[in-house]
Amino acid sequence: MLKKTLVFAALSAAIVSSTAHAAAARDYISIVGSSTVYPFATVVAEQFGRTTKFKTPKVESTGSGGGLKLFCSGVGVEHPDITNASRRIKPSEQEKCAANGISDIIEVKVGYDGIVMGQAKITPKLNLTRKDIFLALAKQVPGKDGKLIANPNKTWKQVNAALPDVKIEVLGPPPTSGTRDAFVELAMEGGAKKFADLKALRGSKDAAEIKKLMAKLGIPESAFNKKGKKVFQAVAHGVREDGHYVEAGENDNLIVQKLEANPNAVGIFGFSFLDQNADKIHGAKVDGQDPTFDAISDGSYPVSRALYFYAKKAHVGAVPGIAEYLAEFTSEKAFGEEGYLTEKGLIPMSEAERGQFRYDAKALNPMGKL
Amino acid sequence: MAEQQNTRTIDKVNASLKRRYATERRFKTLGLGAVVLGLLFVSMLFVDILSKGYSAFVQTHIQLEVYFDPEILDPEGTRDMEAIARADFRQLVREPLRQIFPEVTSRRDKRALYKILSTGAPFQLIEMVRANPDLIGTRMTIDLIADDDIDMLVKGHIDRNAPADQRRVNDTVIGWIDRLDEQGLVATKFNTGFFINGDSREPELAGIGGAVAGSFYTLLVTLALSFPIGVAAAIYLEEFAPKNRWTDLIEVNINNLAAVPSIVFGLLGLAMFINLFGLPRSAPLVGGLVLTLMTLPTIIIASRAALKSVPPSIREAALGVGASRMQTVFHHVVPLAMPGMLTGTIIGMAQALGETAPLLMIGMVAFIVDIPGGPMDPSSVLPVQVYLWADSPERAFVERTSAAIIVLLSFLIAMNTFAVIMRRRFERRW
Repeated sequence: MLKKTLVFAALSAAIVSSTAHAAAARDYISIVGSSTVYPFATVVAEQFGRTTKFKTPKVESTGSGGGLKLFCSGVGVEHPDITNASRRIKPSEQEKCAANGISDIIEVKVGYDGIVMGQAKITPKLNLTRKDIFLALAKQVPGKDGKLIANPNKTWKQVNAALPDVKIEVLGPPPTSGTRDAFVELAMEGGAKKFADLKALRGSKDAAEIKKLMAKLGIPESAFNKKGKKVFQAVAHGVREDGHYVEAGENDNLIVQKLEANPNAVGIFGFSFLDQNADKIHGAKVDGQDPTFDAISDGSYPVSRALYFYAKKAHVGAVPGIAEYLAEFTSEKAFGEEGYLTEKGLIPMSEAERGQFRYDAKALNPMGKL
Repeated sequence: MAEQQNTRTIDKVNASLKRRYATERRFKTLGLGAVVLGLLFVSMLFVDILSKGYSAFVQTHIQLEVYFDPEILDPEGTRDMEAIARADFRQLVREPLRQIFPEVTSRRDKRALYKILSTGAPFQLIEMVRANPDLIGTRMTIDLIADDDIDMLVKGHIDRNAPADQRRVNDTVIGWIDRLDEQGLVATKFNTGFFINGDSREPELAGIGGAVAGSFYTLLVTLALSFPIGVAAAIYLEEFAPKNRWTDLIEVNINNLAAVPSIVFGLLGLAMFINLFGLPRSAPLVGGLVLTLMTLPTIIIASRAALKSVPPSIREAALGVGASRMQTVFHHVVPLAMPGMLTGTIIGMAQALGETAPLLMIGMVAFIVDIPGGPMDPSSVLPVQVYLWADSPERAFVERTSAAIIVLLSFLIAMNTFAVIMRRRFERRW
């Protein structure tokens, strides 16, 4: 038994010691980042691994913020080469990257992701504004005296006299979902900004002013933050919990099915599901725009966001295949009009934009300072 | 007073006897009920998983006669594998479909027709040509993997009677599949790919090969570290260490560690092994180290219990005939305690096999296609694969998730059965 134990000990020592030099090289691309970009990045990674001589990249789903944190932690094979993001890199993140020696970052916009307020086809289309959406779904809305009160609106007509007298019933994703994050950020915040006090709160960084605005809005002092934007977001991101907004699970397919069963309900989901089920559902207008392929890709439909990924220039050459991966992602057969990513639900950019990002990716042009 | 003295103890007992029996019966019934309820839930779980998962072990194939056209594959006749691998193998699998369905001409219909085959079908041919370049120029009937939607249709997971706009396969495609079926070209075969392939975004190509290899390397590292360290610690604490405040403190801490939530070990692993020692993310080595921390307390506690159960007479006898303490422990006590130690180790390993939470932190929850070749390659593990698939939108992943759970459960059951057999066989009672 002693002998066996010694063998085990020797084996484990060998494994541990082998790591010292093994970390010195990596022959696959390491990708981290957004769970929204994950389904697209994995498809590209798989294609890339199959059709080139390089290994298939490793794709981790860490969220945009977590991905950028890992990405900006340094240069070297122990840090990821690429991070996916469902928003643009922030100036603060870019500074952090630069502080850790990552000055040249190649930015690639992948395409767009639209969020749709879908309805059953037999129901007439709602014509909503972002303000209507905020008033219909927020937990607290400004009352008559300007103070925030629990949302009293029960029908769409109470929100906006131009809307039909139908009960507000919205099926949407739970807070864990990326679609929900984007929805509250784009639609709800956009609507909340239409109120002067909330807008002032958002822009304020002065403690006294924030406190004054909070008192005016009736926000308890415990919610104070020295950035007015945080206080604003706490209000704008709060979704009502009194049954008018129904958390219908992460599965968008399920929401689509429920809309058919209940024609008065409105569902929130990614554009790809509207596209796939165009025979059964249509999308409500938001700020006068129909959620169409074109309106989302030229940015006129307000509830849409661009998806990005960022690559470290310093790693090109050190880790094999990065330049080729960029080429694969920016090729027409991937992110083009009829590329395989559109089949997975990506909305491609305009031809000019695609050409620009393809050119920059090929030339490995780093992005400028934000 | 006099009356009370007349009541004998036996009368008191007799009076309460009925009540006491009733209590006992109630307790027995409750206990039995608890067991039955537990078994009911377990069997529900098993029935649910098995009924959902068994169909993933077969895969729909479409038999087509493929012509390995040298014009497409190797127009210059160089037989250069690099160049051949870049050839358009899709043409090879599309050609026979065009011949069977000559009436399909519009571009849209053609795209739909080609989509009944998996995007992996051309890669099947690449692999065949790679293995045997002489195939170029020959004809051969090959079972090509069908697309996941077709697979679902053939397996009956798509309701043909549902209105056409409520299912993912339209009437035209169903018509094509029925025609292929009449010609005997649709075959369901044992799904070997499920066991040898790595992960994929296409359900019909996804397999647990990579996850099984990842689990294997992770457990190898865990075993190689936790068994010797755990056993050594247990032997020292039980046989050699003085009994004082320090060893008491150590003992309390080991017991506490056994109760720490596993995600904490993941955070520790992230801070120590990845950030401080610079080990690579997503590697089974780091996973193994983290799981070692997690299983060590289990192994130490089980090993100490096994050592404690060896009667002192054995030690005294050995010491009495002049053996040193070292000899006593390693020649007599440890061999007798070994079955108990091994049982503890196997149970610890089974626990480690089913663990996901600590691996989240060290990047093992990732999309990894290539099958890891060693403890340094990035990989996921079986429970992580289950988690990732359960989150995927494609319907065909439902059965694959269940099938992966079946595989994971069979490993766990096998390990636990082995532990029980070992204990039965080698355990000695005094």
